[in-house]
Amino acid sequence: MSGVDAQQAEVEGHLSGRRLPRWSTPALAGGALLVGLIVQLTGWTVVGLAPGVVAAIVFLLGQAITSLAIEGRRHSKDRIATTLIYATFVVALTPLLWILITVLVKGLSVFDWTFFTSTMRNVSPRQPGGGILHAFLGTLEQVGIATLVSVPVGLLAAIYLVEFGKGRLKFWISFFVDVMTGVPSIVAGLFIYTALILTGVLQQSGFAAALALCILMIPVVIRSSEEMLKIVPNDLREAALALGVPKWKVILRIVVPTAISGLITGAMLAVARVAGETAPLLLTTFLAQDINLNAFNGSQTSLPTFIWDQISRGTTSSVNRAWGAALALILFVLIIYAAARILAARFTPKSR
Amino acid sequence: MSTSTDETAQSAADPAGISGTAIRAGDRNFLGLSRGAGILVLAVMAAIAAFLVWKAIPSLQADSANFLTEQSWLPDQTPSVFGIAVLAFGTFVTAVIAMLIAVPIGFGIALFIAFYARPRFGKALGFIVDLLAAVPSIIFGLWGLYNFMPAVTSFARWLTEYLGWIPIFANDKQLWTKSLLMAGLVLAIMVLPTVSAISREVFVQVPRMHIEASLALGATRWEMIKMAVFPFSRPGMISAAMLGLGRALGETIAVALILSAVFEVNTHITEPGGNSFAANIALKWGEAGEVGRSALIASGLVLFLITLAVNMIARWIIARRKEFSGAN
Repeated sequence: MSGVDAQQAEVEGHLSGRRLPRWSTPALAGGALLVGLIVQLTGWTVVGLAPGVVAAIVFLLGQAITSLAIEGRRHSKDRIATTLIYATFVVALTPLLWILITVLVKGLSVFDWTFFTSTMRNVSPRQPGGGILHAFLGTLEQVGIATLVSVPVGLLAAIYLVEFGKGRLKFWISFFVDVMTGVPSIVAGLFIYTALILTGVLQQSGFAAALALCILMIPVVIRSSEEMLKIVPNDLREAALALGVPKWKVILRIVVPTAISGLITGAMLAVARVAGETAPLLLTTFLAQDINLNAFNGSQTSLPTFIWDQISRGTTSSVNRAWGAALALILFVLIIYAAARILAARFTPKSR
Repeated sequence: MSTSTDETAQSAADPAGISGTAIRAGDRNFLGLSRGAGILVLAVMAAIAAFLVWKAIPSLQADSANFLTEQSWLPDQTPSVFGIAVLAFGTFVTAVIAMLIAVPIGFGIALFIAFYARPRFGKALGFIVDLLAAVPSIIFGLWGLYNFMPAVTSFARWLTEYLGWIPIFANDKQLWTKSLLMAGLVLAIMVLPTVSAISREVFVQVPRMHIEASLALGATRWEMIKMAVFPFSRPGMISAAMLGLGRALGETIAVALILSAVFEVNTHITEPGGNSFAANIALKWGEAGEVGRSALIASGLVLFLITLAVNMIARWIIARRKEFSGAN
C-alpha cells in the first residue's frame, strides 16, 4: 500500500485524482489523541462519552471529512471502511489480552508447590491453601477416556467418508457431522444423563462425563481427519492398488501413515476443545474433594468443575483457587493447542 | 461399495479369477467397521432427540401451566408449575445482543486478515483469533463475572443515562450488573472467533481474478470488497453468522455465572434478571427433584431443537453453495 501511495504521489494530478498526503493519517490521529487528552484533563465531554471514544470519533469524522473534501466520496468511503476494519482488529485483541493477563496475574499469585501437589481434602472453603491435584488427574482421566473412544470412531468415520462413502448415506453422515458440531455442550450432558444414567446403565461418574465429552469430540475429530485424508495424493492410493494391495491395507499402510501428523494435530485440537468443557460434566458427575482414580465409581472432579465449585463457594480464598485452577486449565489447553499447531505447520504435506 | 460386492460375486463364480476372495473379506470387514462409525453419528443424533423427548414427557404431563407461556419455574411444587417464557426471552435477547456485536466485528476481522494485513501477519492474527476460541467458557465466565462486568458497568449506566428514554435501556432498579446486556456482551466475545474463522475461510476462496479485475478497473479496496467479495461470499457469511448464533444459543457456563438468579421476563436489558435455556439447566440441576430434572430436560429439548434448526439451515446454505460454486 505504501508503495502504491508513493507512486500516486509522483503522478499526482495525472492518472489519479487528488489524494490526501501521506502525513494526513498520523496528523489526524495525533489531533484526535490531543482532543481525547483535553477531554480527559478538563472532564468536559459530549453526552458522557469516554475520552478514548471521543478521540476515535474525532479521528473517523476528521478523516472522512478531509477525504471527502479533497479526494471525493469514493475514497472517503474507502478510508472509513479501512479505519473501521483496522478497529475491529484492535477490538478482537483487547478481550484476549485482557483475559490472558488477568488469569496470568491472578493465577500466579496462588501458584506454589502445594497447589499442584495437594487436594481439597480437609480444606474448608474459607481456608487458603489446598490444591488441584485431584482435579488435574480427573481431567487427565476423563479427557483421556474421551480421546480413546473418540479418535478411533472419528477416524473410522472419516475413512468411510473419504475412502468408501458415496451417494445419500455419505451426504447425510457428512451433513449431520457438521450439525453435530453445533450441539450445545449442555445437551450432550443431558443426553448421557437421560440415555445412560436414568436408564441405570451407568452411575454418575467420570466415565459418564467422558462419554458426554465424546459427543462433543467425535464430530470435531471426523471433520479434521476428513480434511487430512482428503489431501493424501490419489497417486499413492492408485499405485498401491495397482500392485494388488487390498483396499483396507492401502488405507492402513499408505493413506493413514501419510496423513498421520495431520490426524494427530486434529485429535489434539479436539482434546483442547473438550478439556475446558464444564456444562456436560456438571450433569454427569458429582464433585469430589479428593483424588478418585476410578472413573466408573464415585465422584470425580476435573479442572473445569473444580473452578465452578470454587466460584460457587464465593469466599476470597476459594475464588483465588478458582483463578489458580483457571491458569492451570488455560496452560493445559494452550500447550496442547500450540503443540498441535506447531506439529501441523511442520509436518503438513506440502502438496495440495 | 457396490463394486466390491459385485467383484466378490464375480470371483466366487469364477474361482480362477485374478483376485481371491480372502482379500475381499478383509475389505468388507473394514468397510463395515468404518461405515458403522459413520452411521453411529446418525444414530447418536437420533438418540439425543429420542431420549430427550422420552424423559421430558413426564414433566410435560405434570405441568399444570402452559409450557410455552408460563413465567415461573417451580416444577417440583405440587401442582407443578413451569414454562419456558423467561428462558426463551433471555436466550433470544442475549443471542441478539451477541450477534449485533459479533457479526460485524467478526466480518471486519476476517476482512482485515484476508485483504488488509500482510499475509504473514494475517496468518499470525488468525492464530490469535483461534486462540480466543480455545479459551474455555468457564474462564470467560470467571473473567466476565469478576473483571469484565465491573469494568463495563459504566457503559451500562451510560446507556441508561443518555438513552434511557428508549424503554429497553431504562433502569428502575438502579442496578447495572448481572444483566442480559452483560451476558450478551460476553457471548459476543465468545462467538467472535467462530464468525471470523468461518467467514475468513469464505473470503480467501474468492477467486483472485475477481479481486484483481475490480482493482484494475479502478475500484478502491472497499469497492472491491463490496462488489467482488461480498456477492461471492454472501452465503458463507450468512452461515458463519448462523453458526455463531448456534454457539451463542447453547453457551452455558459463562451465562450461568454472569446472570443473576432473578427468574423473570425483564425487558429492561441493563437490569439484573433473566435466564437462558442452557444456563438455567446448569444452575437448577443440583437442587432439582425428579420432575424438576425432567422439566430441565424438556427445556434442553427445546434448546436442542432450536440449535439443530439453526445449524441445519447454516449447513444447508453452505452445502448448496458448494454445488454451484466454480471457485475451486
